[in-house]
Amino acid sequence: MTKLEAVIQPSKLDAVKDALMEIGVDGMTILEVRGHGRQKGHTEFYRGREYTVDLLPKVKVEVVLDDALVEKAVAAIVGAARSGKIGDGKIFLSKIDDAIRIRNEERGAAAL
Amino acid sequence: MPRICRRLLLACLLLIPSLNIAVAQSAESSAPAISTAATVSPERITTLEKQVADAKGSADNAWMLVSAALVLMMTGPGLALFYGGLVRKKNVLSTMMQSFAMMAVITVLWAIIGYSLAFGSGTGFIGGFHHLFLSGVGAAPNPDYAPTIPQQTFMIYQLMFAIITPALITGAFAERMKFSAMAVFMILWSIVVYSPMAHMVWGKGGILNASLGGRFPTLDFAGGTVVHITSGVSALVCALYLGKRIGYPSEQMPPHSVVLSFIGACMLWVGWFGFNAGSALSSGSLATSAFVATHFAAAAAVVGWSAAEWILHGKPSALGAISGAVAGLVAITPASGFVSPTSALIIGLVAGVACFFMVFSVKKKLGYDDSLDAFGVHGAGGTIGAILTGVFATRTINPILHDSEGAALSLGFVDGNFGQVFYQMIGVAIAFALAIVGTLAILKLVDLVIGLRVSNEDELQGLDVTQHGEEGYYWEASSL
Repeated sequence: MTKLEAVIQPSKLDAVKDALMEIGVDGMTILEVRGHGRQKGHTEFYRGREYTVDLLPKVKVEVVLDDALVEKAVAAIVGAARSGKIGDGKIFLSKIDDAIRIRNEERGAAAL
Repeated sequence: MPRICRRLLLACLLLIPSLNIAVAQSAESSAPAISTAATVSPERITTLEKQVADAKGSADNAWMLVSAALVLMMTGPGLALFYGGLVRKKNVLSTMMQSFAMMAVITVLWAIIGYSLAFGSGTGFIGGFHHLFLSGVGAAPNPDYAPTIPQQTFMIYQLMFAIITPALITGAFAERMKFSAMAVFMILWSIVVYSPMAHMVWGKGGILNASLGGRFPTLDFAGGTVVHITSGVSALVCALYLGKRIGYPSEQMPPHSVVLSFIGACMLWVGWFGFNAGSALSSGSLATSAFVATHFAAAAAVVGWSAAEWILHGKPSALGAISGAVAGLVAITPASGFVSPTSALIIGLVAGVACFFMVFSVKKKLGYDDSLDAFGVHGAGGTIGAILTGVFATRTINPILHDSEGAALSLGFVDGNFGQVFYQMIGVAIAFALAIVGTLAILKLVDLVIGLRVSNEDELQGLDVTQHGEEGYYWEASSL
């Protein structure tokens, strides 16, 4: 099993969600987060005082997948979230030891 | 046959229990008919006249009660939201509480002594004690102030001004003053600064009172000197005395919700119709004139502030637009019942641009931390408005000054009275002096007895938790 964490632009969430559902990903967790990579922030003015906002709002999509689905899922997210500009986000993949369904204690891929 | 018709008409008129002005006028025009109609006694006419006066009184009273409610709405929720949105999350409740507390504390004070000191007869500088505990303030009008409404209505209307004035000051020391010290400061300030200033400008015998024979007749229709200069200047004194917030100006302290401020500012705009048009103390055409001037000045000031911001900073911000509206409303306050709609546009535009520069550059250059710009908007806007009132006030809008033969005297510069600007400056100077001296003395006293600022730890943690034991935006698992 693999955990896929994708940090994307908030405006791309719907497209990414639809693309993942289309390839058969049933569940996901969405977090509203703030952060930045190479993308610079912007400045805001309140009554003449300048504020630098460098932690920008992003959405993080977390999905744990059967290994067979990982490359399809990555392709789906890249396809849906890419605009070609700095700030499109990143995808992180990591191995998962086990998964447990709380309702009936099913384990492994069956719990996903 | 025509005579029967006339009698029928007359009978109908007399049977209508609550006569309005229109009916009263037609009753007057049929006066010759009354004299020929044998059935109408002089008593009937007296009754009729009394009913006409009662109808006028009822109309005025209705508007004044609505106005009083509108002015209260300016403090809560208007100002509470406006200021509450501009502070950081950890201080939202304490900031709103400071305004709300005025609604309670100043009301009690007003009943005990405040009204008497402001509007009781006394010296040229302060009223006397004969209205203590509102004694003698009842349903009968006070002909010196407002001859058509109960004095109790006048008293409660004026109370709303006494509430919002100290509430305006709280913007200067937001996020760092102890609640206890704030409460004591405001009680003393209301007695030492507000009541005397209100008495000088509006009270019978006050030295600045234009309509009741003051030595230096200052035109102040709805409180440019009394409300905005006193509060704005006192705010600056507070900001300088208390010092900057920890971390100012190196740390970021953006408003936590311009949305709250936006709602608050819009409520201030609406409430201001009660503030200015209500200051006609009647529901006639003068109220309309003040209403129109108020609205026009606010609109022009938004245009002025936003245009300046757009040109110099590239974008017209929402916070700038609402700040401009408040600046325009402040500036038109003393002028509202004396100027034409066009003059109101000019006053608003000037105030919008001038207050923009006060807030954007002057504050930065002088380096004081007037957290929410109480001085930049109310002090500066009030001063501009007070002086421009001397320029634009005209007898064609409000003939308040008369010579011995009853002819209306000229008011401002536009009427050819070049000396009025000088009197306005005297009013402004007295308001500045009283605010500076009074505020400094009270701050010193409260600082010695209670201490003005919260501890550094409390300031960093936020005043909501440390002063009130609660949070504006509570988040724990149990609140889900």
